[in-house]
Amino acid sequence: MSDAIIPHPAPPTHPIFGKLSIDAIPLHEPILVVTFIVVAIGGIAILALLTKYRLWGYLWKEWFTTVDHKRIGIMYMILGLIMFLRGFADAIMMRLQQVMAFGGSEGYLNAHHYDQVFTAHGVIMIFFVAMPFITGLMNYIVPLQIGARDVSFPFLNNFSFWMTSAGAALTMISLFVGEYAQTGWLAYPPLSGIAYSPNVGVDYYIWGLQIAGVGTTLSGINLIVTILKLRAPGMGLMKMPVFTWTSLCSNILIVASFPILTATLALLSLDRYAGTNFFTNDLGGSPMMYVNLIWIWGHPEVYILILPLFGVFSEVTSTFSGKRLFGYTSMVYATVCITILSYIVWLHHFFTMGSGASVNSFFGITTMVISIPTGAKLFNWLFTMYRGRIRYELPMMWTIAFMLTFVIGGMTGVLLAVPPADFVLHNSLFLIAHFHNVIIGGVLFGLFAAINYWWPKAFGFKLDVFWGKISFWCWVVGFWVAFAPLYVLGLMGVTRRMRVFDDPSLQIWFAIAGVGALIIAAGIGAMLVQFAVSIWRRKELREESGDPWDGRTLEWATSSPPPDYNFAFTPVIHDLDAWYDMKKRGHQRPIGGYRDIHMPSNTGAGIILSGICLVLGFALVWHIWWLVAASFVAVIAGAIVHTFNYQRDFDIPAATVAAVEDARTRQLAAGA
Amino acid sequence: MSANSLTADEPVSFYQLDEQAHPEGHSTMLGFWIYLMSDCLIFAILFACYAVLGGSYAAGPAPKDLFDLKLIALNTAMLLFSSITYGFAVLQMQQGKVKGVQLWLAVTGLFGLAFLGIELYEFHHLIEIGATPQRSAFLSAFFTLVGTHGLHVTFGIIWLATLMVQLSKHGLIAANKRRVMCLSMFWHFLDVVWIGVFTFVYLMGVLR
Amino acid sequence: MPADHSRFSAPMRLLPLLAATPLLSGCGMVVLDPAGDVARQQGNLIVLSTALMLLIIVPVMALTIFFAWKYRASNRDATYKPDWDHSTQLELVIWSAPLLIIICLGAVTWVATHLLDPYRPLARTGPGKPVAAEVKPLDVQVVALDWKWLFIYPEQGVATVNELAVPVDRPLRFRISSSSVMNSFYVPALAGQIYAMPGMETKLHGVFDKTGEFTGFSANYSGWGFSNMRFGVRSLSPAEFDQWVVATRASAEGDLDRNAYLKLETPSQKEPVRRFVASDPQLFDAVVNMCVEPGKMCMHDMMSLDAAGGAGIAGIGNVRQVTYDKFAARGTVDAARWSMRYVAAWCSAPVMSNDRPDAKPVSPEKLKGEGLPLPGKPARTALNAPAVTPPLS
Repeated sequence: MSDAIIPHPAPPTHPIFGKLSIDAIPLHEPILVVTFIVVAIGGIAILALLTKYRLWGYLWKEWFTTVDHKRIGIMYMILGLIMFLRGFADAIMMRLQQVMAFGGSEGYLNAHHYDQVFTAHGVIMIFFVAMPFITGLMNYIVPLQIGARDVSFPFLNNFSFWMTSAGAALTMISLFVGEYAQTGWLAYPPLSGIAYSPNVGVDYYIWGLQIAGVGTTLSGINLIVTILKLRAPGMGLMKMPVFTWTSLCSNILIVASFPILTATLALLSLDRYAGTNFFTNDLGGSPMMYVNLIWIWGHPEVYILILPLFGVFSEVTSTFSGKRLFGYTSMVYATVCITILSYIVWLHHFFTMGSGASVNSFFGITTMVISIPTGAKLFNWLFTMYRGRIRYELPMMWTIAFMLTFVIGGMTGVLLAVPPADFVLHNSLFLIAHFHNVIIGGVLFGLFAAINYWWPKAFGFKLDVFWGKISFWCWVVGFWVAFAPLYVLGLMGVTRRMRVFDDPSLQIWFAIAGVGALIIAAGIGAMLVQFAVSIWRRKELREESGDPWDGRTLEWATSSPPPDYNFAFTPVIHDLDAWYDMKKRGHQRPIGGYRDIHMPSNTGAGIILSGICLVLGFALVWHIWWLVAASFVAVIAGAIVHTFNYQRDFDIPAATVAAVEDARTRQLAAGA
Repeated sequence: MSANSLTADEPVSFYQLDEQAHPEGHSTMLGFWIYLMSDCLIFAILFACYAVLGGSYAAGPAPKDLFDLKLIALNTAMLLFSSITYGFAVLQMQQGKVKGVQLWLAVTGLFGLAFLGIELYEFHHLIEIGATPQRSAFLSAFFTLVGTHGLHVTFGIIWLATLMVQLSKHGLIAANKRRVMCLSMFWHFLDVVWIGVFTFVYLMGVLR
Repeated sequence: MPADHSRFSAPMRLLPLLAATPLLSGCGMVVLDPAGDVARQQGNLIVLSTALMLLIIVPVMALTIFFAWKYRASNRDATYKPDWDHSTQLELVIWSAPLLIIICLGAVTWVATHLLDPYRPLARTGPGKPVAAEVKPLDVQVVALDWKWLFIYPEQGVATVNELAVPVDRPLRFRISSSSVMNSFYVPALAGQIYAMPGMETKLHGVFDKTGEFTGFSANYSGWGFSNMRFGVRSLSPAEFDQWVVATRASAEGDLDRNAYLKLETPSQKEPVRRFVASDPQLFDAVVNMCVEPGKMCMHDMMSLDAAGGAGIAGIGNVRQVTYDKFAARGTVDAARWSMRYVAAWCSAPVMSNDRPDAKPVSPEKLKGEGLPLPGKPARTALNAPAVTPPLS
């Protein structure tokens, strides 16, 4: 009973619609139709509400066109949250399929659908959840921590955000028009080549990432320059807060690795569109070249994600232990070590490709070496707690959970770096458990610590603790219930990306993992409730002082939420823990003598250009060549027109500053 | 320990009361440098691909069968001249002569166009005889590396034309001077990349 | 788990973790309780590395919990030193402790990676069981197809789909390739995995030391039919294996000639076990060289032409011979059409083998000192046999 499968032949190209036709709408997939109906109803309801309450003008003027790093930061976080729900829905679908598909059952997803789900899950979680979350966080916090009024290139910041959103939008469109890639999240050729993936899925993948990649690279450049150029007087490099340090390293990694991704995907798209032979089996191409190149980007990428969160844990541990960070200098050197080492380990992702034993052991050992600075960091947090006075607020709880979870993930990571061990564990569910252990236990727990920590700064009220704790316990317990079975399954020799299983003894483990996923779902639900309840009870949770946690760094020196200009007077730094130092030495907040403050003006250029890029990406995916040409010309023309705008700044008059600051003075007096 | 480096009694100021705003565009040059480095990385990948795939002729033609070093030498001369003339434009800018800047930018643009023209002629010739990017991995890597450089030059020329219009509208204001300097870095960067291409692809290809 | 069979047995016996291992293997942890010497060493390495790392992980986790509890804000008895942030001695410890562990682990890694290199022929079939010099490993040629596995036994002249039968205690030498996209050949009970890649050959050495039925699969996602790329693996006694060969030959559905291979290559999934007579000794080399289809230039011919400086301007037009699957997945185009239209201009016959001689085997015992010369005449094993370069077939 062998059923022959021949991939669908590529449909012919129409002069107006390209490859796009009514068949591209997946009406035969009931899951997608229902999803579409729900999304459409939700979308229409939101649009109707926005119209009813006349919020369009407000949104456009105050948010979409803003160049304020704080608002852009918040928009990044919202983008990350929305995409997180999509990515998590994919995860639940996978768990359900793997629980069901035993004993001859095909489960409820066919290969075409399931393979898109796991590809989309990986791509979305990394590029459109983790990246927007950390970019948003860095955007919001870094300028405040260094005592700056905005980033170096405020317009670019807005443009970067909208490019990231356009990439996310293109990826989401693939859900309802056409299909997504069925290749795994790194789209190895030859499978992702035109011969084996003739349809549009891989094209959606390529253009979604390329458009978002422009935004990520520009945002990386922007933040590096901001940190190097806009630090408040007195803040030498070795007086920068650790979060700023880790952000600097993370952004250096972004600028030094995303161009590699851009180039690699460009070569893959040339193979697909122009018939070149970089990664083909034919005519001298080398698929192994792609695997190397994508991981030369891919490995630094995981450090891009985790480094800023290492900074968050440093800030949180120090603040809630009421104590200076132990070993600041070694923390900084550890961060820089990790940054550099992350470039010489990429081959550990494919020991099994047949490199010699010496090459494999070199890359295995360099990988292990990374665990030394990482271990030093962990000890630094540990000794920050030592002889501290630890307050168990939510951010600190997440930090402890991180420390206990992440070490296990780190350990299994080093284990996978031993090549002979990797020969039996590569691509297994053990690997899946490992990287979820570090990404959930490190990146996500860090983000949750950061959200709970800085929420009062961003909105002026604290997050509800009750729902926060429910979410915390659901996440921590759910994580272990969901992923411990995957470690076991990996040791049972079960590989990743499987859709159906033969061996009935595996089913129980998948069932446990499924339960874990449901507990995590409860954790996500509790977190959403936490946000809603906190917004609802914002008057009670109000935080007037601007410094709810007895903070130590400059962002706590200003009001919550900070005024547009962040600081009426630029602070002068004398100590690493600048705000702690100011409080200790009884600083006086100046209450007069305000000056005009020079600020960048809002502009719609970012959203418009990104919108056209989205059209360009869609046209490229569907081979609608006239639209490709038109939108490409429009992007270039739009960019040129934008350069003719020389009036990009304005002054906030001293009187306005005085009014805002006087209100703050009264607020502080009332609170005291 | 560092907290105690200053005694608590010493009067310190925690705010900059007589602050001057950062001059507009004060960090543009650094930002542009970093952008150029990221662009450099794209070229590095293309060079790496050429290094790996440049010997995979797929039983087709090799560099020595295809490249005409005299033509490429002429092409290189065009780009090098354009870099010199751009230098003259910057010198004129430092003397505050907007007309001189315009003139030398125009000359630079013409050299750039000549470079592109020769490159397109070469590509046309190769494609005409069948040595297309699709023919072998070597040709894919060659066309992509050289073509990406050519695309950069094209965008450089578009930028240059835009800048000339802006100079004629606003003269040598600070913003325009900054743009002239950024384009200058971009243009010289392309020159440096081309020297790499010329050496690595053409000279070593033909002499190998 | 039989720990005393391991080359890491001495440190491991000390570890309480070992006590838990049989429990774990009881629930079918084939990675830790395999049926082959190589996989067993790999599994033991996992246990050893984990134990090494737990030396530091456990104290860190314990300290975390202890500090978190002891220095809680409500405990006013605990010392509070808000400005204490540096200690050179402590810094030395926190950098050197992980460093020491990594030095140990790095040494283990270097040695084990070389010893367990899948390209290296085996020196033993189990602890204390060296491979005699006369024993030639059993060659099995493996091709990952869309979406099934083809095993060719050149010595026995048979081929199977989705069934791998091998004799127990005899070293196995797999030559692995793929017809279309990347896969990974993995039999957890036997030895590690290695990628199967089109146009390339990878190698894996392994041996079963138990008879039984196992499974193998592709461990690298390769498209829609990937989930069903499973195959049965049977470790048989030598007599049973010989019977199996005879039975396979008797029940063969035909000869696996090139046309049959091209038909087999067509994408399909859930293929049942199929058996063939394999009379073409060059089929596998033709697969590796991507010249099974008539009229295709073999990769090695193309590469030697390229090494000699290409085929010049005259070669520009010879595209068809070197185009394999660029425009359509392999097996989706009727092979007969190609052969009628294009001549095998450059195809050398016979196809040159891609098989390269293996390195010399190394005994893991050497590292424990057992490799020192013993009094008396040592038995002749693969290790002390004079080097013989296998001829390129």
